Amino acid sequence: MRRTPFLLAAALAASTILAPAAKAETTLLNVSYDPTRELYQDFNKAFADHWLKTAGEKVTINQSHGGAGKQARAVIDGLEADVVTLALAYDIDAISEKTGLIPKDWQVRLPHNSSPYTSTIVFLVRKGNPKAIKDWGDLARDGVQVITPNPKTSGGARWNYLAAWGWAERQFKGDEAKVRDYVRAVLKNVPVLDSGARGSTNTFVQRGIGDVLLAWENEALMSSKELVEANVEIVVPSLSILAEPPVTVVDKVAERHATTKVAEAYLRYLYAPIGQEIAARNFYRPTDPEVAKKYAKQFPEVKTFTIADAFGGWQKAQKAHFTDGGTFDQLFEKR
Amino acid sequence: MSKNTSMPTHSRRPVSEPALIRWALCLLTLAFLGLFLFMPLAAVLAEAFRKGTEAYFSALATRETLAAIRLTLLTAAIAVPMNLVFGITAAWSVAKFDFPGRSLLMTLIDLPFSVSPVISGLIYVLIFGLQGWVGPILADHGVRVIFAVPGIVLATIFVTFPFIARELIPLMEAQGREEEEAATVLGASGWRTFFMVTLPNVKWGLVYGVLLCNARAMGEFGAVSVVSGHIRGLTNTMPLHVEILYNEYDFVGAFAVASLLALLALLTLAVKTFLEWVHRDEIAAALR
Repeated sequence: MRRTPFLLAAALAASTILAPAAKAETTLLNVSYDPTRELYQDFNKAFADHWLKTAGEKVTINQSHGGAGKQARAVIDGLEADVVTLALAYDIDAISEKTGLIPKDWQVRLPHNSSPYTSTIVFLVRKGNPKAIKDWGDLARDGVQVITPNPKTSGGARWNYLAAWGWAERQFKGDEAKVRDYVRAVLKNVPVLDSGARGSTNTFVQRGIGDVLLAWENEALMSSKELVEANVEIVVPSLSILAEPPVTVVDKVAERHATTKVAEAYLRYLYAPIGQEIAARNFYRPTDPEVAKKYAKQFPEVKTFTIADAFGGWQKAQKAHFTDGGTFDQLFEKR
Repeated sequence: MSKNTSMPTHSRRPVSEPALIRWALCLLTLAFLGLFLFMPLAAVLAEAFRKGTEAYFSALATRETLAAIRLTLLTAAIAVPMNLVFGITAAWSVAKFDFPGRSLLMTLIDLPFSVSPVISGLIYVLIFGLQGWVGPILADHGVRVIFAVPGIVLATIFVTFPFIARELIPLMEAQGREEEEAATVLGASGWRTFFMVTLPNVKWGLVYGVLLCNARAMGEFGAVSVVSGHIRGLTNTMPLHVEILYNEYDFVGAFAVASLLALLALLTLAVKTFLEWVHRDEIAAALR
């Protein structure tokens, strides 16, 4: 009795799936990391307008967001991204190494190490800073709960970890045993590891867990300014890391989709004044000096070091700290 | 809930427990239901309508939410009929025939119940992923399985396939083989026996099985999350879309979609109750 409608539905469904998707318009898939949701929502709209005007072609940009490591893994497993805009260079290196979809020298193809915008790592604390958290050292104190995502899956978490490590190296004048003790003490204070930065922000802001959130500056500015009811404030540590989230075209996928030209234009538009303005409005630090000057007031002054200076680049940092058995595994296990 | 159908009817003798215990038990059940069922449901609805009905409907009418609803319905429309065929076949062979490996088959049918949904998703990534066993070959021919609709359907079928079989096996076993044997002796063909004897006998179990299977197919999160790729508007099912909206601080949107999922579940329940009511005489007869 229920058979006919079911079979009909199944046949219909099957035909919609099996029929080759008729693509009337160009689509791009941008696989990005966790906190860039609002940024690319704005930017995609602007780019679609721009592309329609200049190239006369309608383009739809699809988005996928998640922890940067997880997203890179998905692209490696076959998620067909035309462009990737991830949290750190190592994840794009990993795609390049494991699949060959991207040439090895991808990072020199666009200005500023292929990072159209930068950010840094700051602290978000409860209003009035009841636990008096001022600098990295306070994170290791007993009774301070620290919220940070899982460095295995999240790019932001890796920047957090390296920022803490870099501060400790200077603080303890390179005494590695002391640096390790410090980082272990911080990890001991972490009650939950979410898989992405946005998950951690929600844990801290929405669920009210923890005393301090280690966050992307853009994420911290957005939660403190746009979620007024969240009752949180920003603490800028004495020293932090310059986070450079890179972007690149996934060459072989774009070739297959015949989207290379529009994908390249899409990324270049991030460097254009409009793209830079949109980044700044979403609290990412623009690399264009003009736009940077215009928005200088909204960013706190932070002293930063770069990954290249402190760790010799992402390849080395990843191997020493985040591969299986790296310092994160060693310290997290014995915390 | 399906157990009702196979339970013997109770005699009219009133229960012998003192009134106090009866009331206490009733209150306990109600309190439990209130705390774990009605309160969360009310919270979902309250959040969804916090900014008024207009905000509620405009949240549902976005391109991405509509796409998520479509994908969820499509997935269920494929997964449920497939599992209907599979469930009937499996239950029929297990309950009506003896063959070597019968208990192994029973265990296999139960497997998706015992495996974590995340693992169910991962096995498809391992098989159909670009680094997997058959993924590279399929990719060369332009066939996409994971991070596309087929993968989502596959994962859903895997997770939901015990529902109908599990519903039918005890029923068929309880009914025994006499009627089928009688039909065969009277000269009915295998198909005729199946359609005229076996199927009518398990009709109600089948309906419950389909409803349960459908509810789970629409609500599955874990397995689908692994194979989806989370491309909004393309490979986002309703449960995944709820998470995305929540993560974007769009609480009205998130809870509006959640309320829709809850509504689908309630609808399922209503259909079941309605069918029971319409066919109450028939059900009572079947139980006798």
